Amino acid sequence: MSTITSSSTTTGRERLGLRLALAGGALLLVSGLLSWSFEPIFGDISIRLWPVSLQVFAMLIGLTAVALALSPTVLRRALGWVHAGPGLWALGIGATAYTALSLAAIAVEAGGLINANEGAWIALVGALLLLGGGWMVRDRPRAPEAFSAQGPATVEIVTIVAICALALAAAAYALGRDDAWVFVLFLLTLGVIGTALARAEVFEWLGGAAGRHQHVLTLGAFAAAFLFPFTQDGSEINMSIATLVLIFAATAIGLNIVVGLAGLLDLGYIAFLGAGAYVGAIFSGSVSSSIGWTPPFLVTALMGGLFAALLGLIVGSPTLRVSGDYLAIVTLAFGEIFRLAMFNLDGNNGPDLTNGPNGITAIPNLSILGFDFGESHTIAGVELSRAANYYLFMLFITALIVLIFARLNNSRIGRGWVAIREDERAAEAMGVNVFGLKLLAFAGGAFLAGVAGTVKAHYDTSVTPDQYQFLESAFLLAAVVLGGMGTIAGVILGAVVLKLMPEKLRFFSEYRLLLFGLLLVIMMRFRPEGLVANKRRQLELHDDDQDRAAQTDRSPQTKEALQ
Amino acid sequence: MTALLEVKDLVVAYGKIVAVKGISFIVGEGEVVTLIGTNGAGKTTTLRTISGLLRPAGGSVLYRGEDISATPAHQIVGLGLAHSPEGRRIFPRMSVEENLLLGAYGRRDNDIDRDLKAAYELFPILGERSRQHAGTFSGGEQQMLAMGRAMMSRPKLLMLDEPSMGLSPLMMKRIMSTVTTLREQGTTILLVEQNARAALKIADKGYVLEVGQIVTEGTGQELLHSDEVRKAYLGED
Repeated sequence: MSTITSSSTTTGRERLGLRLALAGGALLLVSGLLSWSFEPIFGDISIRLWPVSLQVFAMLIGLTAVALALSPTVLRRALGWVHAGPGLWALGIGATAYTALSLAAIAVEAGGLINANEGAWIALVGALLLLGGGWMVRDRPRAPEAFSAQGPATVEIVTIVAICALALAAAAYALGRDDAWVFVLFLLTLGVIGTALARAEVFEWLGGAAGRHQHVLTLGAFAAAFLFPFTQDGSEINMSIATLVLIFAATAIGLNIVVGLAGLLDLGYIAFLGAGAYVGAIFSGSVSSSIGWTPPFLVTALMGGLFAALLGLIVGSPTLRVSGDYLAIVTLAFGEIFRLAMFNLDGNNGPDLTNGPNGITAIPNLSILGFDFGESHTIAGVELSRAANYYLFMLFITALIVLIFARLNNSRIGRGWVAIREDERAAEAMGVNVFGLKLLAFAGGAFLAGVAGTVKAHYDTSVTPDQYQFLESAFLLAAVVLGGMGTIAGVILGAVVLKLMPEKLRFFSEYRLLLFGLLLVIMMRFRPEGLVANKRRQLELHDDDQDRAAQTDRSPQTKEALQ
Repeated sequence: MTALLEVKDLVVAYGKIVAVKGISFIVGEGEVVTLIGTNGAGKTTTLRTISGLLRPAGGSVLYRGEDISATPAHQIVGLGLAHSPEGRRIFPRMSVEENLLLGAYGRRDNDIDRDLKAAYELFPILGERSRQHAGTFSGGEQQMLAMGRAMMSRPKLLMLDEPSMGLSPLMMKRIMSTVTTLREQGTTILLVEQNARAALKIADKGYVLEVGQIVTEGTGQELLHSDEVRKAYLGED
């Protein structure tokens, strides 16, 4: 109770901190309207009253700061529930890092700090004020409203839809950035604002709102993803990146069923994608395929999925009986066996099926019900390129996989998986068919990857063994772990970040593994539950955190006491 | 009284170590039968074998006259045998209600909600904290949850493995009186205990295990007053 009574009185120190943060936010807002450099770099940041790139990012951070700083006073009615203290503190640190990196970018691109103009310096001052203010209010307790925050349904729905639209805009914008500096700074801005909002417990509110309007969120997210190709105006490059991201994300969600729901560590998941891809390629009618028969694609997709599931059963049935790390070892080996087998089925060492290291090339485009995926189609005045066709088709498949994931998660089977993760022996004593459920997850995950693989084969137009090496399995797993095991939104986010970064940061490709390694180490240290946390996972990983446990258990009663 | 469960010459081994060396006992319908003995006597091993978590090396387990010693564990629960394991083994990061629902995992009928209510009636504290994570419970509360969970499968035979372990005397009394209540409601109970006195007080029949063999058997009262048992297990001279 003590936290609640003390929060109603704002101390003088906190008042000063809030004012400093407000001033900092305002300066950041103003700085966006000023000139940042003497050189017309980054989309020309030298012009006043015409904010672009870096200037806009600073203004976004400034806007967040102003909203957070005013939330306990002027905006109390609308935003009183926000936990402003930690939010401002995180934003202050982030804003300082952002302006410092911006100055570094200007110095590198324009030739020395001398080329930074007043806007950049004012932004730095603003960020430092924000940092100071944030430091003073960082221990500010939660507002009493925090425990009973629930907006009117319309507000919540509008917020969810707006967030979907913002995500769409952000994705389209990020894809359109060709300059690596701008891209990195944009990601940093998103990260800074995201962290600040997370610290301000906005996502708790959003999570609640999303839980109350789950269908709105799902539909909104898919509508945004569906509209994405229409924002690209026929840009083949961006759409092809987006399609790659989507294939990667769909596969990662499949892996998430295996890893996140059933708790099985699968290090060879890419082999199932490869199995599907090879089935898709062999029955595609490609010249380099030794089989001439070309069934309709839906049949091929089903065959790809079933073949992958069969491999899953073969690998899984002996290994899933034993618990522990054996599965990881066996799947790791299976991934390699698959790759080498595809490498060698070239007619010299076995049947001629895969064309060996050269792979199956010149795979024709998909054609479903007379719709040719290879051609551009104009819909509503917008040209949809080849990649956009595949994108939309993959979106459909992703939606199916998400649906399967969600249904499984909330079912009796899902509860059985949780029980197995928690205590396998006790689950068995409860009548949970442990082996059967594990095999279902393993083979089911393989099936989904196989289906995705058949589409991937057509999209890539070639299938070779080295596309399906261990590194890809590791990346898929990284997307799941980084994004948040057992969640859909998290894994999609993880997949987008992991796939988009190397595409946009080509100059970084040599250090890509180093960067990922670093990123994973940092994540495991500070947020082991991933970007988007599954509630139960969070509990598993923060078992020692007594405060948190006590907090979550007490909050319902506290809420009642307040009413 | 017909035999609900009959264990015949059961032998269970962990590799070369034989933990249960050919024991036989009968649990009649509606009875409370207890297996008592010290650590390592083979009590838990026997229960785990009956519920299918271990496979016997010899002998048989007859449930209603049918041999279930080769039946998979998840099917045995469906037959009407519930096992509340040693150390309670509740799922700490699942809510009370999720724990209870897992007890009913093998069921597909529509009465699960009604049994959930019955469990909350039996142990009101579970109902009050149905959304709370089970890991935050005290030992006694966890034991109640474990028993409630086992009852969710609507067992004919409830096997309780050391329900009094680590509990305060007061809580132990509460648990033992619940066992009696469950028996009155028609559930047959096979109770494994180290706390021989508490178990024998409520048992119709008792078997004393020593290093994998049954050394004495009799009614609860007989064993409670037998000199041998009093010396060895009740700490009396």
